Amino acid sequence: MAHGTAHDSKHEPHPLVGHLVPMWILFAVGGALLVLTAITVAVRYIDVGEFNMVIALGVAVIKATLVALFFMHLKWDRPFNLLTFVGSMVFVILMMAFCMMDTAQYRPTQFVGNPPEVEATLQANAPGAPVARYTPYSP
Amino acid sequence: MSTLHTSQATAHEAHGHDAHGHGDHAKYPFLQHHFDTPAHQFDSAKLGMWLFLATEVLFFGGLFVAYAVLRSRFPEVFSYASHYLDTLMGGVNTCVLILSSLTMALAVRFAQTNRTKAMVWCLVLTFMGAVGFMVIKYFEYSHKIHEHLVWGKSFYVPPPDQAGAEEAKVISTAPAPAPVALTVANPAAPSVASLVSTPPVEASAIKPAAAAPGGLASVREQATAEGLPVADNDPAFAHPSMHLADPKMPANTHLFFAIYYCMTGLHGIHVLAGMVMLAWLIWRGARGDFNSNYFTPVDVGGLYWHIVDLVWIFLFPLFYLIH
Amino acid sequence: MTTIDASRPIDLASRPDNYLTHTRGFLSWALTLDHKRIGVMYMAAVLVSFFVGGVFALLVRTELLTPGQTIPGVTADVYNQFFTLHGAIMVFLVIIPSIPAALGNFVLPIMLGAKDVAFPRLNLGSFYLWLAGAAFTLVSLAMGGFDTGWTFYTPYSTTTTTGGVIPVLFGVFILGFSSIFTGMNFVVTVHKLRPPGMTWFRMPLFLWAIYATAIIQVLATPVLAITLMLVVIERTINIGIFDPSMGGDPVLFQHFFWFYSHPAVYIMILPAMGIISELISVHAHRHIFGYKFIALSSIAIAIFSFLVWGHHMFTSGQSPLMNTLFSLISFSVAIPSAVKVFNWLTTLYKGNISLTTPMWYALSFMVLFTIGGLTGIHLATLNTDVHLHDTYFVVAHFHYVMMGSALIGMIGGLHHWWPKMTGKMYSEKLGTAACIIIFIGFNVTFFTQFYLGAKGMPRRYYDYLPEYQTYHVISTIGSYIMASGFFLTAYCLLSSLYSGRKAAANPWGGGSLEWQCTSPPPHDNFAVQPSVGDCYDFRALRWDETTQGYVNDPALAAEAARNPLH
Repeated sequence: MAHGTAHDSKHEPHPLVGHLVPMWILFAVGGALLVLTAITVAVRYIDVGEFNMVIALGVAVIKATLVALFFMHLKWDRPFNLLTFVGSMVFVILMMAFCMMDTAQYRPTQFVGNPPEVEATLQANAPGAPVARYTPYSP
Repeated sequence: MSTLHTSQATAHEAHGHDAHGHGDHAKYPFLQHHFDTPAHQFDSAKLGMWLFLATEVLFFGGLFVAYAVLRSRFPEVFSYASHYLDTLMGGVNTCVLILSSLTMALAVRFAQTNRTKAMVWCLVLTFMGAVGFMVIKYFEYSHKIHEHLVWGKSFYVPPPDQAGAEEAKVISTAPAPAPVALTVANPAAPSVASLVSTPPVEASAIKPAAAAPGGLASVREQATAEGLPVADNDPAFAHPSMHLADPKMPANTHLFFAIYYCMTGLHGIHVLAGMVMLAWLIWRGARGDFNSNYFTPVDVGGLYWHIVDLVWIFLFPLFYLIH
Repeated sequence: MTTIDASRPIDLASRPDNYLTHTRGFLSWALTLDHKRIGVMYMAAVLVSFFVGGVFALLVRTELLTPGQTIPGVTADVYNQFFTLHGAIMVFLVIIPSIPAALGNFVLPIMLGAKDVAFPRLNLGSFYLWLAGAAFTLVSLAMGGFDTGWTFYTPYSTTTTTGGVIPVLFGVFILGFSSIFTGMNFVVTVHKLRPPGMTWFRMPLFLWAIYATAIIQVLATPVLAITLMLVVIERTINIGIFDPSMGGDPVLFQHFFWFYSHPAVYIMILPAMGIISELISVHAHRHIFGYKFIALSSIAIAIFSFLVWGHHMFTSGQSPLMNTLFSLISFSVAIPSAVKVFNWLTTLYKGNISLTTPMWYALSFMVLFTIGGLTGIHLATLNTDVHLHDTYFVVAHFHYVMMGSALIGMIGGLHHWWPKMTGKMYSEKLGTAACIIIFIGFNVTFFTQFYLGAKGMPRRYYDYLPEYQTYHVISTIGSYIMASGFFLTAYCLLSSLYSGRKAAANPWGGGSLEWQCTSPPPHDNFAVQPSVGDCYDFRALRWDETTQGYVNDPALAAEAARNPLH
């Protein structure tokens, strides 16, 4: 029955339930999250092509992992809780993957430009507005 | 002593205690009759909360899927419309939520170490963070709505106020664009910037929103950096409510705002629910309900608050930081 | 390896207190945290909804007796509302909560040997959410009803002029949360409240099925919730995400909807499969064959259920690549389903079958589920589905699965646990007769519809060509036969409350823990932790004439202990 960490147990009584996360870890994680936020905002203004989204999402994933592991105690929690959480994300990704594959497949058959109702609203309210006009799809 | 590290077998051992007597139930008044030890009850509550968080992940997940599908269909809309969002406000909000998450985690720790007063103060700070987030969100939303950067067809209707009327006049008196189909498939249309006359924007017509800090200026700097043709009086950037007159606006731009309001709105509703929960925790904490043996509501409430933070951690780059 | 603790006699007289008589008064029920009472309240509510949904079904069938208008006053618009209400009530108010929330609530903690579910207050909350959802459905009716079909497909659901669409969407949203909370509760209960000795592979198969169902409820239902909210937003402020005329994508709605609603089909069928595993084994007095295979096939079905939703969308503009993928994965669902059916059959083989009412229901289930499952393969095949899609073939297929399997399983389970719930035995003759009538009526109604669909009759149509009429008439007559069977069942069960003889603790010879406590069970289920053994080893049980039930025979138990099964 090994305790993952017992940093503070010398100073403070170990709780009956739950895991006592050391103070410095909480502050370190908080600081890291702020620094990562600064980084991700900065990266926005640098053009690295496709990698912009990869970096933005990568930083978000790192931040989320930090929150989940330390603030949400998952590092010391029962594995099944971790499984529940990760499993739910896997299902979201699964659904996303299927839906995006499907959309990508029939994308070329869709119209380009503004769809009919948008176009009608535009014509009625801002007749001179120079936005993309509706063009019926022609194969 | 069973802690989180014990395996499933502990639950069985714990049941074993029960057979010996109801000592734990007399010792711990908060212990419900069908649980055997405080740890048993705490673990069950946490598992329940994690399952609930899984439902939250899938609840938001539906919207993330919608976002992904829309973005993969209209990438140009997302990279264009993102510039209407205020990165500074979004960034400040991210920091506010991260800090409130930190104070929430501290509150749990103080509850575990019987420092009730510190716990209540941390909960109050967390609550203040939630209030701050919602206030900033309110300003963001009201700016957007004021400028008709909204969902659906209203996006294509000029704002109904006085400035809007002027804009409408400007748009309608502008020389009608040549019958050129600016299709998505054919972005190489003639330099459309020349198709519309630059509206005479008076300083008084610029709404307060336009003076919003950071975001807009940075958009412009960035556009310059990208080498985009940013005229000094480029309607898109000089006067954001003029998105209708912006020749660079791609088709279906309203969908960006539709999904933006859906996702941030649902997130905002969760923040509001979190505020109710925090107020309840503060009330109970101040009453002295929690101690190192019983702080389950603070812990599971904290988990909820962290997931709200976690969702925002993804929303922020997905909406505000599109290059 | 002893099966049931034979040293502890089951004493009816010394414990007159049971959960029904523990406390009295309306509030003692309305505010109860006892899972048994909540289960009984769910059961009553679900059966009332079943009656209402059934009335709409009969109205639909009667209207279809002749081409054009049959019932005076039932126009095509009214007919649309009828079939919509029938579908929505039966799916969201009846079948989804029927087994997990009603029977599951009653049986699961007792079977597990626990005092209650993990979160009793949340459990009561789920029930009130169910009531709120039902109330919203009534509000919707008062505001003009809805004619979208239970599937709420856009763009029709966002443009139809019937006034009750938004209330019913909210109602289903709330019902979804009722279902989520029930599922959460059951997962935690199964994980955390198992007594010593109740290992995963000693759990009764019904608990495995409920567990797998609960996982689906937790993971799939939130997606339905967000989808319905998007439809509400789409309908009120027209944001355009699902609207093609605004640049949106209606196929995306179908993806969202079926990401929930296909797993929901397994929320309906999996618990019924669990019940059948119990019924077959207990009433054939034979150890279940292939326990681990049945248990794990439940989990396999739960996982597969998330990967096949696209087979509802073969003809709705889904891309060919996805069609192929979904078709392939859909076929694979047949494997775990067949594992179950073959194991049940093998359990029956050389079993000592008692043809009790629950056994008749179990046998009906196996026939109907096999037909329903095999016709599903026709529909998972791309090219046949293009012909059969949205015809009565589909209607017949899913009625065989949802009604012929899920509901028949539920009613079989109700008969199985009725003595435990009420402490009364019903008339076996009436019960069996009712089951046979329902079986015949069901097949007359729905087997005909396979022909009708294969000949091209589209579903949800008010009018039809005269050449279909013979089939429609046969189908309608079948629905009347089936309805009379259900009324007979209701009479059989309700009359037992007044005139039924007292039920023994173990009237069928079951081995799981709920048969160890009295009928009806005491308020806190078990005074002492029950000992747990192999719940499908019936060798220690002996029929006792005086109590009209099975009792543990120490001599038989000792002999069984000498010859372990494994």
